[in-house]
Formats: sequence, C-alpha cells, structure tokens
Amino acid sequence: MRPTPLWRRYDRLSGSDPAADVKDELGFHLESKVDDLVARGWRREDARKEARRQFGDILAVQRMGERIGEQMNRRRRLTDYWVDARQDLRFTLRTLRLDAGFTVVAILILALGIGANIAVFSVVNTILLRPLPFPSPQQLVRIVEKDAKSNESGKTYTADATQDFQQQNRTLQCVSGYFAFTGPNNFKLIGNGQPVPATGMLVAEGFFETLGVAPAAGRLFRHEEFIHHAQTTALLSYPYWKRQFKGDRSIIGQTVDLSDKVDLNNKSVVVVGVLPETFDFGAVFSPGAKVDLFVPYIMDDFRGDGNDLGLVGRLKPGISIAQAQNEADTLFPQFYFEHKHPEYGKGYTAQLTGLKQYVSGKLRRSLIVLWCAVGLILLIVCVNLSNLLLARAAARSKEFAMRSALGAGRSRILRQLLTESLVLAISGASLGLGLAWVVLAWLAHQSSLALPLLSMVRLDGAALAWTLAIAIAAAVLFGFAPALRMSSENLQESLKDGGHGASEGRRHDHLRSVLVISQISLACVLLVGAGLLLRSFLRVLDIDLGFEPSRAAAVSVDYDDGGNPARQAAIWQEVVTRASQIPGVEAAGISDNLPMSRNRGWGIAAKGQGPPKNEDFIPVFVYIVSPGYLKAMGMRLLAGRDVSWDDLVNNRDVVIINESVARKLWPGQNPIGRMAIAGGQSSEVIGVIADLRETSAEDEATTQMYLPATKQFGPEGSYLVVRSHMASASLATSVMRTLRDINPGQSAAEFKPIQGLVDHATSPRRFFAVLVGIFAGLGLLLASLGVFGVISYSVTRQTQEIGIKMALGASRSRVQLDVIARTLRLALIGIGIGVVASVAVARLIASLLFHTAPTDPLTFAAMVALLGGVALLAGYLPARRASKIDPMVALRTN
Amino acid sequence: MEQTRLELVRGTLDILILKSLIWGPLHGYAVTSFIRRHSDDALLVEEGTLYPALWRLENKGLLAAEWGLSENNRKAKFYRLTADGRRQLRREVKIWEAYAAAVTKVLGATQPHLPEEMA
Repeated sequence: MRPTPLWRRYDRLSGSDPAADVKDELGFHLESKVDDLVARGWRREDARKEARRQFGDILAVQRMGERIGEQMNRRRRLTDYWVDARQDLRFTLRTLRLDAGFTVVAILILALGIGANIAVFSVVNTILLRPLPFPSPQQLVRIVEKDAKSNESGKTYTADATQDFQQQNRTLQCVSGYFAFTGPNNFKLIGNGQPVPATGMLVAEGFFETLGVAPAAGRLFRHEEFIHHAQTTALLSYPYWKRQFKGDRSIIGQTVDLSDKVDLNNKSVVVVGVLPETFDFGAVFSPGAKVDLFVPYIMDDFRGDGNDLGLVGRLKPGISIAQAQNEADTLFPQFYFEHKHPEYGKGYTAQLTGLKQYVSGKLRRSLIVLWCAVGLILLIVCVNLSNLLLARAAARSKEFAMRSALGAGRSRILRQLLTESLVLAISGASLGLGLAWVVLAWLAHQSSLALPLLSMVRLDGAALAWTLAIAIAAAVLFGFAPALRMSSENLQESLKDGGHGASEGRRHDHLRSVLVISQISLACVLLVGAGLLLRSFLRVLDIDLGFEPSRAAAVSVDYDDGGNPARQAAIWQEVVTRASQIPGVEAAGISDNLPMSRNRGWGIAAKGQGPPKNEDFIPVFVYIVSPGYLKAMGMRLLAGRDVSWDDLVNNRDVVIINESVARKLWPGQNPIGRMAIAGGQSSEVIGVIADLRETSAEDEATTQMYLPATKQFGPEGSYLVVRSHMASASLATSVMRTLRDINPGQSAAEFKPIQGLVDHATSPRRFFAVLVGIFAGLGLLLASLGVFGVISYSVTRQTQEIGIKMALGASRSRVQLDVIARTLRLALIGIGIGVVASVAVARLIASLLFHTAPTDPLTFAAMVALLGGVALLAGYLPARRASKIDPMVALRTN
Repeated sequence: MEQTRLELVRGTLDILILKSLIWGPLHGYAVTSFIRRHSDDALLVEEGTLYPALWRLENKGLLAAEWGLSENNRKAKFYRLTADGRRQLRREVKIWEAYAAAVTKVLGATQPHLPEEMA
C-alpha cells in the first residue's frame, strides 16, 4: 500500500460516507477482476459481464455494507464524544482545583439552594404527591357530615348509624371507623414498676382490613372480639412494641395489665399482634398524635353515647366517589341517631372525600407556596453563580482566546464551560443531598408539628430523580449565559496585552448589573412573602384565646374512686386543695379535658315548656371540671360564679356556658339563673365565661359548657391544671410529690405546659412561616453577596480610573459617594421591580394570610427598608475600599 | 488440471482472511487472490461472502481499514490486522489445527477394536 495521498485525507475530514465507501470498494473489486480477465485474453465487454456474473447479487452486499458502516460510524462518534468529555472533565477538575476559593463558595451556595429544594420536595412529595401507604389507596374514602363544624361531633356518627350504613350500602367493600374522642394517655400500662401512661385507640371491626393493613406479627382482631364480654385483646403499634417491649416477639399471646382511665378497671389484655412499621395512625388520622395500641370498639358499649365514630370506607373496584356519594345522599338522611330512641330523630348527611384529599387537601396551597419559595431560592442561587462565573470569565478571557486561536471551535469551548457548570452543580447537589438528609431525618421526628404524614418523610427515588433534574437545570441555567458570553469573546481584543482598558468589560458589567437587579427583585418577592406570612403568624399568636396559656401547666392525675362519685369528688377536692397550697401556685383545678387537645361534643338547649326537640339543641364542647379550673386556665368569668365544691358534693345540676352559647340561647337576655337542658339534665346556668378558642387559634370560637363532675357526669380522665410563676421544672417535682402523696399509684405522667398545646395547634403555620422566613433570609444573603461581588469587582477594575480622578482633585468622599450611588441605583431598580412582582405574588397567597392584607403597607415598607439597607451595606464595603485608593500607587501599577 | 472445488466450511473464512493479512495490508480483491493462490485454486471465495466478512471483522475491531492507492493506481480500501486481530488469528489457528488433527485421526482409523466385554 502506498501512503495516502493528500486529497484523500481531506476527503475523510468532511466525515465518512459509508454508502459511497462501499460503492467505491466494490467498484474497485469489479475493475480489478475485469483487468485480470482481460489480461487472460477476454474481451473487455465480456470480461465486465463475467465479473458481474461472478459477483452475484451486488446490491444486497452493498446494502449490508452500508448498514455495517453506519453502525461503525455511530460507535466512532460516541467514542469521540466520551474521549472529549473525559478531557473536559479532567481539565475542569484541574481549573477548579486551582481556583479553590471560588469552587468552595460556588459549591456551598449550590448545596444550600439545592439542598433546600430537595428537602421541600420530599415534604411535598410525602404529603401531596405520594399515594397513602395503603394498598389501592385511591379506593379509600373518609366519610364526614357535610356541614362539618370544627367540632368533632359533626364529623362522626353513632354506632347505630354506622351499622346501618355498613349493612345498607352497595358501593363500598367495607366501612369501618375509629373512636374519634380518644384523648392522649387514656390507658395505663401496669408493669413491674410505676404504671406508664399509654394512648390506646378504639377501632371498630374491620378497620385494618378496610385500610388494607396486615399485621407485622401475630394477627388482627377477630369478629368475636368486637362482641361484648369476650376476652379483651390489643394490637401494638410498631414503635410502641419496640419501645415498651423491646421488640420481643414472645409478647404476642401474652397478657398485659392495662388500666382504662375512663372506667378505671384493671383489665388483663391479650396482645394478639403487632402492626407494621409503615402504619402510622396519627400521621393519617390525627397529625402529631402518637398511638401506642389499639383495642376493639365494641358497638354495644357506645350505643347511647352519641356520635363518636370517625368513618373510613373502601370503594368497590370500578365505583367512583361520585357514585358512592349519590348512594350516601339517599341513605344517610334515613339513619336514626339511636335505634332504641327513635324519638331522638334521624337524618344524617355524609360527604365522601378521598382519604388522601381529606388528609392533605388543606395543606395543598401552603405546600405549593413553600415549593415556589424554594424554587425562587434556586433561581437566586443560579443568578449568583452566573455572576461569579462572569467574574471568572473576565479573568479567563485570555485563556479562552488562546484556546480558540489554537483551533478550538466555539461549540468545543461552550462544552468545556458547561462541563464546568455541570461539575459544580453535581458537587453542590451531592452536598445538598446530605444536607437535605439531615434536615429530613430531623423533621420526621418532630411530633410537635401537627402536619399529616410528616413521620413518613424520607429521601426516596423520586427525590433523587428530582435532585438530578434540578442539578442539571441549574447547571444549564447558571452556566449558559456566561458560557455564551465567553465563547463569543472577541479574540483580538482579549489577546492584546493589558486588556484592562476602561471600555473593556462594559458588556460584562451590563450583564452583571442585570443579574444583580434580578437577584434583588427575587429576594424582594421572597422577603415580602415571608414578611406577610410572619405577620399572619404573629397575628395568630396575638389572638385572644379566651385563656392564658403561658404559666399554666397540666398533668394527668390518677386515682381510684371505685366508681363512687362522692369519693371521686372528695379525691378531687383533696388534690386541688393540696396543689393550691404548694408554694408558688396561684390557682389549681381539675378538668377531664384540655383545650386544643381533643374533641367532644354534647348538646345544650334552653329549657322551655314542652320536651325539647332535636333542633333546639346546639352542639357544644363540654368540659367536666372542678372548682378552680377556670381560674387556673386564666379564663375570664363575665357573669355569675364558678362551680363550687358544694355543687360537686351535693350533685347540684349547674352549668357554666360561654358567651356564644348565651348569645344563641338567650339573645339579649341575662342567662344567669335560667334553666337549660345540658347533657340530658336540666341544669341551672350559674356563670358565663368569655369565648374560648377551642380547636385552634385560627378558627372562630366555638360553643362550650362546663359542668361540675357530679353523679350524672363522670369525668373521662382528669387533668390537674396549675397556674404559677415558678419554673415548670421545679413546679413539676413538687406537684408530682404531692400527687404521689395522695395516691402512690400515680403514674409518671408528663407535665405539660398549656402553651405547648397552643404551639402544637399553631405549628403548621409556624412551620411554614419559619421556613419561608429562612428562605427569605437566604435570598437576602445571596442577593447582598451578588451586590457586593459586582460593586467590588467594578471598583477593582476601575482602580486606575479612580486613581486618575483622585489625582485630578476628586475628594475621597466624592469617590465613595459615586460607588454608593451606583449600588443604590441597582438596588432601587431591583426593589422597584420586586415590589411590583410582590404585589402580584401576595394576591396569590392571600388565602394563607390571617388578618393581614396582601398589601399590608407595614410589611412592604419593612421589607423594602431591610433589603435596601442590606444592599447599601454590601455596596458600602467596596466604596470604602475605593476611597482608600492611593492615586500614586494606582497610576503606577499596570 | 483436475480441480477439486471446495465449499468453505462455515467459520473458516474469518481465519483465512486474518491469515492473508498477516504480512501487511491488502485490499479485498488481493485477499481473494491470496486465498485462491495459496489453496492451489481449491478454495474459491465468493465476493458475496468475502466483503460482509471483511466488514464484520472491521466492525469487531479485528481489522482496521484505510483508503490508499492500489498497484495500478486506483483508489482502494486496504485492510490490516489490529493487535486484537493478530491475537484472534493465533487462537483460531490453534483451534483449527487441533480440530483438523482430530478429524484426520478419526477418518484415518483402521479396523475398529471390539469392546472388551464382547470379546
């Protein structure tokens, strides 16, 4: 073979063409053959024919050749690509190592931005996007009354109504429910040492089967266990089993002693199974609540107790919620409240909602706002990175000019720069993933946060995919503008020595100013949004709750009265009296219920001539209390008197109502001394108290009544509330000592500040406000970094110019003012755009605000002042440096 | 001259191509000539099988191709052995020799020994 001629080399340069190659190769073969035949004496025409004949189906061979050629070409291109990519990567790592300061700052900023995004995405994914952790979760529905008041009685049904619905519906595979009025620590586990409080949930037959939860060990309840007088059984929640029984499998089938706070009977309960780790009752049905064990809800025990079952159902396959809703609309109005007492009336309503929608629907908007806020942060991060890269670009323009002079094409340089961005973004994302993991691990254990499903938050495949997606998007976003700018640098200009002329970099400066302005605008939007949410949160805290949560604390009291109301009254009196005598205690009292912790609804009606009809009753939240409780809680008695020990001891039928009840039952009249039907007893109204926010600080005040713990109204558990200005810890010891004194069997219960209950109720709002606030702070920091970077860089670049000005007589303060004026211009434009955008954004989040206008001038003014101040500070530092420039030095260098 | 025209046993074409390139690059036509000449015209390689085989070997990386000029100054595609191709050839030759020896042995067998039990 002879060396390849020059023309052929160029021929190959334009890329190979497999079809032409195959044709050439086969053509050469035929011609060689013809030559041979002619040499052997054939005529040329015949030789040609013979050669073709011998070859056979030349087209088929040609096609095969083309196919193989294409394949090889593709592979070659891919190999080339990877070789280039490896080269880019090596080069990138080297340059990034050389500029370690830049690299560290860039990766940290990215890690913060991307980490925040991953964390928020995981929360959004868990609460909003991911289906509930049950089989076929789309079939699950929650059934509540249509006009569901905040009162839990409006969301529940009686045992009879539940059974009617179970038997008569045709659209659901199964319907079951749980006892919605379970208070925390309603059981005591009696072990070897002190009794330990435990929270037990009563569930109706088929509850776990409806949800599709299978036990992790042992079995679920059997039918006969829901019939009265069968052996009491219990299922343990997984965490409780791990915590209390150290994950011991042999506990299944064994008997434990449980004491029920309601009837105070010690029961031997057989543990029949352990529920799986993935099943978290509280996460789905009662955010933040911890349920330790489950016991059967025996219908016959509750028939006379009114509405108390929260219902869930599972649709039959192929049945839509609308179809089931139609059926419920015809069935529920016919259900009697109680079969035994048809005179109580009938007529329920039912609203069927997908369980997922029911659980997280209310949070949807908040979460989306959070998601947007964190997206804004990422945008600011990208702009910041763009800015940093542009600053680097100026310093590296010569390097790239050199490379392109040596033959690197524009696309090659672009690729190199995007590789750099990608490496930065991926490193930032990896670090961010670590940050997010830490944050999520912490969040998943925040039981004080009343957010549903939060305990199930974790980094999963979706979060990883999301991480990769935002890392790449960020790389393209922040890398593209600088890359385009750099690869289109004017070669000549850059290569010239000392390219630091006055006009050089004007374009850079312009682009960077635009970036800084957009950064300030974005930060402004975040700040205003966060400000509005924060203000709403403060407004919520400011609300008159009707009681004073600070300085009050509650502890669950154990006693054994043997079911004797008189003894119970005596015990209560002893506990309250002795607790009041503890030094530092201002007031003490007992109630069987605490605000914002659980729910219970009875009815009250004004007593008239005839027997009251169903519609005369208004639903009220009821507390069974001892004297002193109102004072201990810091509630205000508007008229009349508190209950007295006499009322308790003598079983006097008296009731204290709140303003709302008074307004409804006796509008414009004095209710004191009037008779009411409360809890089925005719009682005398002895006092009126100021309205109290029962279920949460944000809902309107509900109707309530307070009854003395008499023979008619046995309390369900009891909480001692004490008010004191002593520190909660030292108070706890002395109160517990007193309680042990009275009853050695007092369990080691938690001493709960009442403020904690309020905090728990306001926790979702606090959670969102604090998070958005943190993001806004981050945005502010990044924006000020951006301002600092741009101004600082322009001062460095204009050192000479400033030197000349100063040599010509400009004073130091004049130079300083110049720089500050430039900063101010950037900040003002940014804030101007930001304010306009904020007004629009504020309208979008208006529904999340509480007693705060979306255009709240105070918030806007404060945030603008904050942003402007920080921006000025960021500009002041370089300005000071500019004023310290020594003209002689500046003019001599460079 | 009496000619024994032999059909190529499947799979043997590759090894013949690799062998033909062992002394230096050749174009496709030269490969056929080489095989015909060295088999004393016993083996005739059809074009319809030769070229696909060459391309396949090139695709596998056993051959490398380059355009050059032939003896009579025409543009031709030359193939040469890569390092992989050389290794492959050595391996295949060993296998072929063992195979051929075994087949020859069997075919050259004389009066079979009777199994001992039957004797």
